[in-house]
Amino acid sequence: MGRYFLRRTGAAIITLIAASIIIFGFIHLIPGDPIYVMLGDGATPEQVALLRNRMGLDEPLVVQYMIWAGNALQGDLGQSIFFDTPVTQVIKEGAETSILLATITMVWIILFGVPVGILSAIRQGTWIDQGLSGLAMLLASVPTFWVGLYLILIFAAGLGWFPSSGFPSIFEEGGLSNLRYLILPSLALAAPNAALILRLTRASMLDVAREDYVRTARAKGIRPYRVVLRHILRNALLAVVSAFGFTFAALISEAVVTETVFALPGIGRTVVQSILRRDYPVIQGVILVTVCLYLVINLLVDLSYRLLDPRVELE
Amino acid sequence: MLNVDNIVVSVRNGPDIVRGVSFRIEPGEILGLVGESGSGKSMTSLALMGLLPPALHLSAGSITQDGADVTHLAPHERVRRKCGKMAMVFQEPMTSLNPVLRIAEQIEEAVRVHDPDTDASPRARELLDMVRIPDTAHQMRSFPHELSGGMRQRVMIAIALACRPQVLIADEPTTALDVTVQLQVLGLIRDLCNRLDMGVLFITHDLGVVAQLADRVAVMYAGSLVENADVEPLFRAPLHPYTGALMACLPNPESDDAVMATISGSAPRPGAIPPGCPFSPRCSRAQQPCLSGPVPCARGVAGQTAMCHFPLNESVLA
Repeated sequence: MGRYFLRRTGAAIITLIAASIIIFGFIHLIPGDPIYVMLGDGATPEQVALLRNRMGLDEPLVVQYMIWAGNALQGDLGQSIFFDTPVTQVIKEGAETSILLATITMVWIILFGVPVGILSAIRQGTWIDQGLSGLAMLLASVPTFWVGLYLILIFAAGLGWFPSSGFPSIFEEGGLSNLRYLILPSLALAAPNAALILRLTRASMLDVAREDYVRTARAKGIRPYRVVLRHILRNALLAVVSAFGFTFAALISEAVVTETVFALPGIGRTVVQSILRRDYPVIQGVILVTVCLYLVINLLVDLSYRLLDPRVELE
Repeated sequence: MLNVDNIVVSVRNGPDIVRGVSFRIEPGEILGLVGESGSGKSMTSLALMGLLPPALHLSAGSITQDGADVTHLAPHERVRRKCGKMAMVFQEPMTSLNPVLRIAEQIEEAVRVHDPDTDASPRARELLDMVRIPDTAHQMRSFPHELSGGMRQRVMIAIALACRPQVLIADEPTTALDVTVQLQVLGLIRDLCNRLDMGVLFITHDLGVVAQLADRVAVMYAGSLVENADVEPLFRAPLHPYTGALMACLPNPESDDAVMATISGSAPRPGAIPPGCPFSPRCSRAQQPCLSGPVPCARGVAGQTAMCHFPLNESVLA
């Protein structure tokens, strides 16, 4: 277990270093001088020199990278050009919304995708299975923003059950009841991913159901529902759990669109706005934090996989 | 006592795979069911257990145990029945145990189904002792991938014994094992059969194993039983030409022939079984009557029977 953990952590660190080089290099991929791109054509030479010096762009590339990475390690991701505040501050402001949104979305995905996938597998070939499979295909193929707009149209504008946009912090007036602002966006974000988890759970259950050891379990005289829960589901979930890591990656990129549609003050919307404002330090910072988060979550998924499957250590 | 009467297993909306098979198994007796792969041996055994895959079904015939009809009952529907139980050991010990559960959990689970009032853990240890697994305390904590094939097959037998079966079905239980381990497992099955007065249906394609182990033999070809006999008369004087041809294929160390004997042609697939005697296209004794119509049953002494117009060894016919 210890060696497994060290090996996985080592791999994650190498990935992080590679990602950080790409993220760092990204500012230099912009055609022309990034300073002019940031400040626009009307910038005075003094402004240009000031910004160039402040961003350290007059140093050699390797030195620039070491300074940037060194600062990042100490939690300093630089200054936002637009807000003139530390990038970490900008990320912190969006973090609450994004973390809550991602968490609630994951809850929907697990609550809907896994049980419905199980139901679909148990009722394989019946109208229930076909109906659910059709629904899953529909949800997976419709773009998130479209689902979002329809949810707003029906449940916010039409029925008035949920607010359509914005999100006041849960630490402000209203407290936890403010989470209702996140219901519709999280549903929109969950829809395509829950559909994929549903399909994966179903396929995995059907695969495992054909295994010899499931026949052994039946031969013991165990009741069918216990065969499903104890023997089929537990093994089928191995594949589903490893998909949660990828689902999270999908959430990050899809959250950008969802936060924009629902006008949520999250990190995704911050990135979109920063791209429009050419606020490169913010973009770099957000991407770096996202990569870290992604690596940590996949590390956790790998470790939980090890707990679920006793064979992993040998392989 | 297990009585199987004329069972037919069919693909749903398709051909019959098992075409009217009957036999009985008494306590303490080992019946060897022999046939080539694809002859319907495994499907017969799964039908007995109520474990046919969804694409197949038992379309005719009956299975009774101690006079109680269990024909269409799944294993969990038989647990509460008063009659004797059946249990099964499968061909592939490597894949027949759940990879994520410890051995103890897998045996205790079977114990709890059949003996809900006993303490499962000591009973599981007792079962492992019965199948002669050394160091039971340690093996109970192991996962299947930590055990060898022979040990896994012993665990499978222990699981099967949890329901105190009156009949144990063993579907090629030693085919996937090393020869030395095979002998140990065969010895174990013979011993358990004697000690527990348990009937055994032993399915194999290996005539050598049958000769060593079985009391009686049923030979299966293309979904039907072609010959039934006690083991000794069968090997001395087979009646059915198919049985005779199988025996001719056994390697003979004293023969000078460089080429081993084979049966020409191949077994017919379900749905393409010829009319008349299914073996007739490959049979050297086949004549006009074999090609169509029902095949008569030739009876030898001591209950030996064969479905054949022109049986071998006519001297033993009753």
